[in-house]
Amino acid sequence: MLTTVSDFSQFIQQAKAVGHSLCIRGLGSKDFYGNPSQGQDLSTLSYRGIIDYEPTELVITARAGTPMREIESALKEKNQMLGFEAPYFSDQATLGGVIAAGLSGPRRPYAGAVRDLLLGIRMIDGHGSDLNFGGRVIKNVAGFDLSRLMAGSMGTLGLVLEASLKTVPLPAFELSLRQICSLKEAIERTNHWAGQALPLSASAWVANQLHIRLSGAESAVHSAALKLGGETIPFIQAQQLWTSLRDHTHSFFNDSRPLWRLSLRSTAGELNIEGEQLIEWGGAQRWVKTHQSASHLRQLASAHGGHATLFKGKAPPDGVFHPLSPALEKIHRQLKKTFDPAFLFNPGRLYPDSNL
Amino acid sequence: MGTMDKPLSTPMDKNKQREVVQALIEFLPKSSVLFELEAVKPYECDALPAYRQLPMVVAIPENEHEVQAILRTCHRLGVIVVARGAGTGLSGGAMPCDQGVLLSLAKMMRIKSIDPHARTATVEPGVRNLAISEAAAVHNLYYAPDPSSQIACSIGGNVAENSGGMHCLKYGLTVHNILKLRAYTQEGELLEIGGEGLDSAGYDLLALMTGSEGLLAVITEVCVKLLPKPQRAQCVLAAFDDVTKAATAVGNIIAAGIIPAGLEMMDQLTTRAVEPFAQAGYPLDAKAILLCESDGAHEEVEDEIKRISAIMHDSGATEVRVSQDEAQRLRFWIGRKSAFPAAGRISADYYCMDGTIPKRALALVLKKIEDLSIEYNLRCMNVFHAGDGNLHPLILYDANEPGELERTEAFGEKILKLCIDVGGTITGEHGVGVEKLDSMCDQFASAELHVFHQIKKAFDPLGRLNPGKAVPSLHRCAEMGRMRVHSGQERFPDIPRF
Ligand SMILES: Cc1cc2nc3c(=O)[nH]c(=O)nc-3n(C[C@H](O)[C@H](O)[C@H](O)COP(=O)(O)OP(=O)(O)OC[C@H]3O[C@@H](n4cnc5c(N)ncnc54)[C@H](O)[C@@H]3O)c2cc1C
Repeated sequence: MLTTVSDFSQFIQQAKAVGHSLCIRGLGSKDFYGNPSQGQDLSTLSYRGIIDYEPTELVITARAGTPMREIESALKEKNQMLGFEAPYFSDQATLGGVIAAGLSGPRRPYAGAVRDLLLGIRMIDGHGSDLNFGGRVIKNVAGFDLSRLMAGSMGTLGLVLEASLKTVPLPAFELSLRQICSLKEAIERTNHWAGQALPLSASAWVANQLHIRLSGAESAVHSAALKLGGETIPFIQAQQLWTSLRDHTHSFFNDSRPLWRLSLRSTAGELNIEGEQLIEWGGAQRWVKTHQSASHLRQLASAHGGHATLFKGKAPPDGVFHPLSPALEKIHRQLKKTFDPAFLFNPGRLYPDSNL
Repeated sequence: MGTMDKPLSTPMDKNKQREVVQALIEFLPKSSVLFELEAVKPYECDALPAYRQLPMVVAIPENEHEVQAILRTCHRLGVIVVARGAGTGLSGGAMPCDQGVLLSLAKMMRIKSIDPHARTATVEPGVRNLAISEAAAVHNLYYAPDPSSQIACSIGGNVAENSGGMHCLKYGLTVHNILKLRAYTQEGELLEIGGEGLDSAGYDLLALMTGSEGLLAVITEVCVKLLPKPQRAQCVLAAFDDVTKAATAVGNIIAAGIIPAGLEMMDQLTTRAVEPFAQAGYPLDAKAILLCESDGAHEEVEDEIKRISAIMHDSGATEVRVSQDEAQRLRFWIGRKSAFPAAGRISADYYCMDGTIPKRALALVLKKIEDLSIEYNLRCMNVFHAGDGNLHPLILYDANEPGELERTEAFGEKILKLCIDVGGTITGEHGVGVEKLDSMCDQFASAELHVFHQIKKAFDPLGRLNPGKAVPSLHRCAEMGRMRVHSGQERFPDIPRF
């Protein structure tokens, strides 16, 4: 079993020597995400535990194989949380997988994404080198920001072994509202509200209903609720709703059609797509169940300043993620080569070309 | 600072200069290409004047096409390019190269568009930080990161340095407040990085570009996020008879679940220096004062101010004042904001440090700085972003006194070493530039520095964009006897972890 940093480093060096590619895996909650990849399993599960957590620093450092539930309960004990509301998509997820996938839940537009809260990492690259970037403090501009580069890299740049993340206090009070409105109206309203000083912390439109969550001081939340109007969702029901949106257990996601995620300018109007939509992040994240072609969805997304990802479904030949411009692709290749010159890690998971 | 390590200047190659000027004036107006001594002199340094270097040529483009053409020309002629915004940098990042072109983005200062509904502004790189908020004010929006230099510094420079400000504990740094960049590589190739949504496909190059100190590409357009102006802001001023108590109060506020809009500390030397100047009414007998601001909705601020005041009292504050109106709030802040000019009034020269430490080490570090101040016989004002542990010790010295600059540098390096030893970093927001190259050898192991060099090569294979800044060569670290071979977390074993 691999338990120390040097165990992992040696394992990677051996893989390099014999030319084996590696599939980095935690609890496998995101096996469905990204492009298919092949290689020997490299499990992070034996490298777990919280290394350092001091609530007044607003920083937690933990090992990659640590289950998110363990981290979240340690934080909750001190009245804190990770602001991005990490999706699990299963009952369990690890910190390493959450960072590599780079996905965030309903609170993202208001509290930041994984990359926003990532302060430092310890990783092993394709040479087997033990590398530390960033640190355990909130403000740090020494060296290029390679920690944030790991968020969303799908494990293609190396094995992240430890990470430090910024924490935030749990909101003192939360209240969720429901309003009946059209998709167009929902986009209009959520953008309008975001331009005012209101304690918004989530929004979701689905099946002609707009759900809004408010978080903060009780007095401020109540006064905002009066201003926004709508029906109050009972607390337990609201919690279930936001968790079901975060983890895709909401009935909207129970469907055999391909599921696309469009990340766009929040004000982009109604899109010309067949199939149903669920809209989050104040208009900036749109889930679409559709059989329409990848090229149609990508064109639409590009036209609205964003990109389209096939979240669930059979990958098109150029992969589930939005293709890169030639100029950026060139840089991606160089970055990949820097960290992983033998192309060991998760080949093809980010883009089908395994040199990327 | 490491004066002894200043890049050596070689005699100017007049022929090369002529060739470059000729090539540039083929597409630039003559007034945009400077090379006479008196014309290029203002560009010889940024706001860290200890490092100076005259550039061979200064080129001042007015639009993106000109930037691209300049880069292509320099690429063809094999000439180094150093980008410069407003030149307010504090680490020598924009210091020119004697055989290179200094590319000033100062004339590219158009606000291209503001989208009030989407809450974004698209601006050219030379736009001043404050100008964005001024332009957005009609929509009741503003750009949150607010470096103290915001009336002067450019957004391009802010992105290059990942600048912070008084309000970044709550609202984030530059990296959290930008969406999209247009930038050109040294070869003149356009990179469109990020997007108008909240994320983009592939690696997070937006984060990588932020804080890259002009080493990777020249930024020609920035799309920033705008936030609604808070309904109300109020500030608590608390005085302490002991620095440790003030440091504890900082921890207590955070532990209570409050993220203040601003949380700043000043020591007695600072309050005494700024008071005659700012007339802020600071209690001058206090060993330290804290300024703690709350902003947001009316009800939220009211609640928070009550809680903050109570925590300050409980933490042993000798006096707690709450701003009663906007004029008083601004008066509380004016002293903090005039710390730099005040240092300039009580001392011939000053040197601003920028390390960050875990807050639990605050009292320890302040005590050690006090000891060092005695050891080096130099005064040091401590003013800093207490909420995020970002220290700005201002070492007061007189460059005309023989040996004082050298002592100042040695003192400064000791402070940075101390920051590393307690688990912090050598720079929180001012960047490495040329100033902190040696300290980088202390903070990073050689394998990590090697990766940084490779990252630069991924964007700039020939190493012609702002070379020699931000990342020290391995050779330099070895020569300094500071090569760290092993990476490790346990660099500060004496600090309790939990
Ligand atoms: C009095 C004073 C107070 C300050 N307070 C703060 C503070 O509170 N917080 C803080 O973070 N900083 C502060 N600073 C530091 C400084 O203002 C910031 O680092 C600022 O972001 C620099 O912007 P600039 O336009 O002046 O950049 P410059 O000094 O011109 O350049 C800085 C770096 O950015 C690069 N660069 C500039 N423009 C571009 C571009 N378009 N493309 C690529 N690279 C580019 C340069 O090559 C250089 O490496 C302060 C400085 C002063 C003098």
